[in-house]
Amino acid sequence: MLGLSAKDTRFLLIVIFLTLATPLLLQPFPEGSAMAQFNAGYPDLMQKFAIYGIFAIGFNILFGLTGYLSFGHAAFLGVGSYTVVWMYKLLGYNVLPGLVLAIIISALFALLIGFISLRRSGIYFSILTLAFAQMSYNLAYSVLTPITNGETGLQVYGNDPQILVGANSPTSPHLFGLVMRDSVQLDVGGWLFTFNIGYYFCAVIAILAFYLSLRIFRSPFGMMLRAIKTNQTRMNYTGLNTRPYTLAAFVISGMYAGLAGGLLASMDPLAGAERMQWTASGEVVLMTILGGAGTLMGPVLGAGFIKYFENIFSKINDNVLHAWFAVLPDGLENAVVAMIHPFVGKGWHLTLGILFMLVVIFLPGGLVEGGQRIARLFNRKKKSKGPGTGAGGHKPKPAPHVAE
Amino acid sequence: MGILEVKGVNKRFGGLQALGDVNLSVKENTVHAIIGPNGAGKSTLLNCLVGKLIPDTGSVMFDGQSVLGRKPHEINQMGISRVFQTPEIFGDLTVLENVLIPCFAKRDGSFRMHAFETVSAEKEVVAQAMHMLEDVNMAEKKDMHASSLSRGDKRRLEMAMCLVQEPKLLLLDEPTAGMARADTNNTIELLKEIKASRDITMAIIEHDMHVVFSLADRITVLAQGTPLVEDIPEKIKGHPKVQEAYLGQSHG
Ligand SMILES: Nc1ncnc2c1ncn2[C@@H]1O[C@H](COP(=O)(O)OP(=O)(O)OP(=O)(O)O)[C@@H](O)[C@H]1O
Ligand SMILES: [Mg+2]
Repeated sequence: MLGLSAKDTRFLLIVIFLTLATPLLLQPFPEGSAMAQFNAGYPDLMQKFAIYGIFAIGFNILFGLTGYLSFGHAAFLGVGSYTVVWMYKLLGYNVLPGLVLAIIISALFALLIGFISLRRSGIYFSILTLAFAQMSYNLAYSVLTPITNGETGLQVYGNDPQILVGANSPTSPHLFGLVMRDSVQLDVGGWLFTFNIGYYFCAVIAILAFYLSLRIFRSPFGMMLRAIKTNQTRMNYTGLNTRPYTLAAFVISGMYAGLAGGLLASMDPLAGAERMQWTASGEVVLMTILGGAGTLMGPVLGAGFIKYFENIFSKINDNVLHAWFAVLPDGLENAVVAMIHPFVGKGWHLTLGILFMLVVIFLPGGLVEGGQRIARLFNRKKKSKGPGTGAGGHKPKPAPHVAE
Repeated sequence: MGILEVKGVNKRFGGLQALGDVNLSVKENTVHAIIGPNGAGKSTLLNCLVGKLIPDTGSVMFDGQSVLGRKPHEINQMGISRVFQTPEIFGDLTVLENVLIPCFAKRDGSFRMHAFETVSAEKEVVAQAMHMLEDVNMAEKKDMHASSLSRGDKRRLEMAMCLVQEPKLLLLDEPTAGMARADTNNTIELLKEIKASRDITMAIIEHDMHVVFSLADRITVLAQGTPLVEDIPEKIKGHPKVQEAYLGQSHG
């Protein structure tokens, strides 16, 4: 189906199901229960999952496949956001023109930065991309103030032209009248589910983005990109020019980033320079490595993990901890809370940092590798129980598939 | 006129004259061996043929066209493939994928944006690659990681990757270096088969005289960057100048 093998079609269907069911799956605990803290089915958080998922999927096409580590992809995120807000100002709150333009402009921008940065590889490439992104960030703050509105950030004002706005057009981002911040809430015996239009808009685009990346992974083009990561010398002596391949991958990932930036502004009609800062560029690197660089699902998982930590762990303060451990005797309660304190609330970075180190050291293939190991453990148990095994232990080890 | 014509090539590295006035003519559909003691300039000469190095002076013509100033991938697209002294393969890819890549490079040229095709749907290319793997007896290893192959298999895989492009000229830099006797003999058999079964010209650099005398139609002896003699194997064997070149230096 859709040019995919049976296995990939199944994989895609699972991803579609999980994405569409996210508002249900992320609300496992009833409202008002002690564990409701850990629910993540809020519109703005779910939107972030989808948007940063797109960002990471695109980044993975460059970093995961070719091995070129860009430290400047936040620049494209920023470009996408500014473009969309400008389209609000000039045309109106329909997100479509802005998003299309965001993809086009970030592609052109990526073409320029990629063309220059890809003259070098390894650490020099990374530094060049970082330099470009920091340059963009600083320009957005200073020289380009007429375009970016500097520190205040770009937003829509009452006296903007908005030439396409009619008398009864929505006054916030929408797609042909479907207002992004509108939601339907469903209350099922203590559980509260929120179905948000903005989330579903992002989700549909994320599914398309994922499908596209799946096609690229399975294409001769994707295979060439993986070959570049392994051995550029052999590529050249096989008659292949690596430069246009890496540039194409760079531009594609820049377009994904521009789209993600545009979607951020589609959910919240603001754009600020801090979106281009190096920390934002570093974040997508962490997401991809944490989830598993070069795997299909890894970057999405990594993005989800980091955004979950950032939004949920950061909310656990001492009061919440005391409430959890209230059953313990006072002295013990205080001791336990003091012990956990550095890891939650403002300390969520510490937990994430430790998690990241553990993954990099013990699971170089990221969370996806962790999942595969667990799956293999179960399979082995199943097999050793089943009859007629034991033979064929000396088969050559097949290469792990790049799926999952 | 040979398919490969090297005329008056010089190459210096700082004060060292690595190649001094090298002339070489390789006839179509022959195996031409280049031998010589360590540091004679054999690899340097080969690098001048494939665009890795540019000679200081002289000309290199392949199939009537100059290769000088062209990039390695352009020279490959002209019909020259190269096997390295240590096998250069795509370690993270499967054996089959390793052979598919040169197939696509041959079919689609040095760059094509085939992002919406599917590798497994390219039945013809896959069949061609599988056929090649059968030829080198590696078909059953097609799903293995190339990096997990034995050294001999890596060499054979690299050879398959070059041959599947049906090059007009195949350059081999010490294809049996560091191999055990049995592997060396296998490689000789493989190269003999290749020579017998298709129209191909080979230039081969080799230390192992057994390999050279089993395969070569003509031999050029290189010493200190300059060709000493060029002749058929029978004449080279007892040639006094060759004895001198090899005995005069420590032979590694
Ligand atoms: N890139 C380089 N820079 C400086 N000197 C070099 C370079 N490449 C080769 N040389 C020198 O040029 C000479 C010829 O080297 P080359 O590798 O061509 O010899 P060779 O005949 O292939 O030897 P071997 O049999 O050991 O492979 C040697 O003295 C070597 O040290
Ligand atoms: Mg050499």
